[in-house]
Amino acid sequence: MQVLFARHHVRVYRFVLRLVGNPTVAEDLISEVFLDVWRQADRFEGRSAVSTWMLAIARFKALSALRKRPDEELDDEVAESIEDASDNPEVALEKKDKSAVLRQCLEKLSPEHREIIDLVYYHEKSVEEVAEIVKIPENTVKTRMFYARKKLAELLQAAGVERGWP
Amino acid sequence: MNTMTEKADDREEIEILLPWHAAGTLSRRDADRVERALASDEELARRFSLVREELAETIHLNESLGAPSARAMEKLFAAIDAESATARKPRFSFDLRTKVAEFFAGFGPRTLAFASGAAALVILLQAGVIGGMLLKGPEPTVNLSSAPPVKVESVDLLVTFVPQATTDQVTKFLHDHSATIVDGPKGPGMYRLRFEANGSPKAETDRVVKELQQSRNVVSSEFPAD
Repeated sequence: MQVLFARHHVRVYRFVLRLVGNPTVAEDLISEVFLDVWRQADRFEGRSAVSTWMLAIARFKALSALRKRPDEELDDEVAESIEDASDNPEVALEKKDKSAVLRQCLEKLSPEHREIIDLVYYHEKSVEEVAEIVKIPENTVKTRMFYARKKLAELLQAAGVERGWP
Repeated sequence: MNTMTEKADDREEIEILLPWHAAGTLSRRDADRVERALASDEELARRFSLVREELAETIHLNESLGAPSARAMEKLFAAIDAESATARKPRFSFDLRTKVAEFFAGFGPRTLAFASGAAALVILLQAGVIGGMLLKGPEPTVNLSSAPPVKVESVDLLVTFVPQATTDQVTKFLHDHSATIVDGPKGPGMYRLRFEANGSPKAETDRVVKELQQSRNVVSSEFPAD
């Protein structure tokens, strides 16, 4: 269990943190995720990677936690990710850096789009694995990723970055 | 006309796969298909560079999230310890003296007097039966050697894994040997593993030990648990 925890806890934490937006809640949730993994170890069938199995458990826990949280608990980090049309001078200056703008726009995506982009790019999950984690058909995975990227391009365009796509 | 539509469809399909190609998670066949298309389509190659930018910044963004504090690990292992301790305890406690007292407290004095008389009678009858058996002489002895041998359905062993063993190797090992981890780690990385068995405890333990000795790429040592 220690080996498993050491190998996967950071990525699972980051995945959960991106969903719930609160480091303390994310820490509590990863403890629960690994406790479930420990409890269900004999039920793991090995058909998918351990990390895929853990991310599916993590996602379920994060969404359950979000459903339980009242709106007023919306923390600063989540609040920051909500789109704001009026940028302050600091943000405008930062926008000169295309990479920084891209990261800002990634943060402004809806949780659904952010999740799929993270799973594909950061967690390196295949179409089949994303389908297993998010519990959607493989074709939906592909179209959701396409629309997430399209939305990202629109946000970039609104921020003054023209990419010539889509 | 049809060929043009097919080409456009094919390009669209390839474009949808670009994020997975950038992440290196496509099957060999799909990856080859995308590679061929990228080599012959300049616009697709330009779009692929946009995908690679997105990938790089997504990684950057996630890496900047940091790592959880030690609290998460402490909380997890405290919970595991607590559950392990509970599992070792009997599922419910049974205080015989209290239960007997509660049982008799429910009867009235008259019922109790009647019950005492009945109990005395039962004891007398029992004494009579035992006395009769002693006078009749010994019963033929049962030949123990003809009793069926004791069979067990599982045997437990304490096992340490090779430090270099990957999670996949350990998972495969558990699957191949029909084993589950029931406890651990204890001491220096020692786990209690339960193996499916169907025979006498000694024979089955010996069999499993022999099997484990053939798996030195995953298991470094093993001892019978009991």
